[in-house]
Amino acid sequence: MDWTPYLAGLGIGILSWFTFLLSARPLGCSTAYARTSGMIERAIRGDSVLEKPYYRKFVPQIDWEWMLVLGIVIGAFITALVQGEFALIWVPSTFEAAFGSSSLLRLAVALVGGVLMGLGARWAGGCTSGHGISGTLQLAIASWIAVVIFFVSGIIVAFLLYGVIVPW
Amino acid sequence: MVESADSPLQRLRQNQSLQRLLGLVMGVAFGVFLQLGGVTSYDVIIGQLLLYDFTVVKVMLSAVAVGMVGVYLLIHLGLASLTIKPGSIGTTVLGGIIFGCGFAVLGYCPGTVAGAVGSGALDALFGGVTGILIGAGIFAELYPRLDASVLQRGKIPDMTIPELVGVQPRTVIVPMIILIIAILYGIEYLGL
Repeated sequence: MDWTPYLAGLGIGILSWFTFLLSARPLGCSTAYARTSGMIERAIRGDSVLEKPYYRKFVPQIDWEWMLVLGIVIGAFITALVQGEFALIWVPSTFEAAFGSSSLLRLAVALVGGVLMGLGARWAGGCTSGHGISGTLQLAIASWIAVVIFFVSGIIVAFLLYGVIVPW
Repeated sequence: MVESADSPLQRLRQNQSLQRLLGLVMGVAFGVFLQLGGVTSYDVIIGQLLLYDFTVVKVMLSAVAVGMVGVYLLIHLGLASLTIKPGSIGTTVLGGIIFGCGFAVLGYCPGTVAGAVGSGALDALFGGVTGILIGAGIFAELYPRLDASVLQRGKIPDMTIPELVGVQPRTVIVPMIILIIAILYGIEYLGL
């Protein structure tokens, strides 16, 4: 059997001890996108953006979580290089097998998926990290409900995409 | 043992520039583990949602089990406190359904999409990250109207399972760990 997923889980679990101990924060990612969105909007439309109620709650600035998400990019990049798995890819192989090798189609689908993901993560108040790992490990009721719904909804839509739209 | 307001730990937590540095270091570690675990890959995430590859569940459940024991121990020692996210039917359920649609269509989530970018996935960078930023911006725009309507509907208690049931955390943690091990054992037994 392959122990790597468990070692990765062990590492993330231990990492969460340190986020609570040293930073008094849970692992989470989606707030960083909301802050970045605010920073971009501010650059385009000016300081009035800061008056938006949502950006008063989540001030568009670089904080711990923003740096965490930047760190994920760097950590994954270094690891992929060491593994020899770094590769610039537009269309993942599972997607290609079902929907063809068009980069433009994959880009469009990923963009639509990303919009839904960004909207849903802020709507639900957390993502697979914030609710799915950090909330559940604290045994938070809302987070357990959230993660079950994330996966049930994701499984249904994935089966619709891969089973109904592209029947094999 | 409870931390006083000016203890070294409290000073560290309040030092914003040091916290940004710590965030970066912890993020690098998170990225290493996500990439090692294989969950920065679209194929692995879609494989989980199509129920033929259980890597995502293996990584998440082992992280939750290990994290739970340590974090509750830190809380017991007075070195950490709970950070419970509030929820409601209007936020958690509706938002969760939208999130799930995005999860399946994009094939990454906000954390793994960043790892995918690091591993060279251009669909994650130009489609995923761009889309998530747009989606988060749309939510910020809609927030006042949503907050006045659906978000407050059907409040979920801001509590943990042990608090709701009225028992010591360990009364829930021990069976939960056993359950997680049993599920993981079952997944391996079935060869998923």
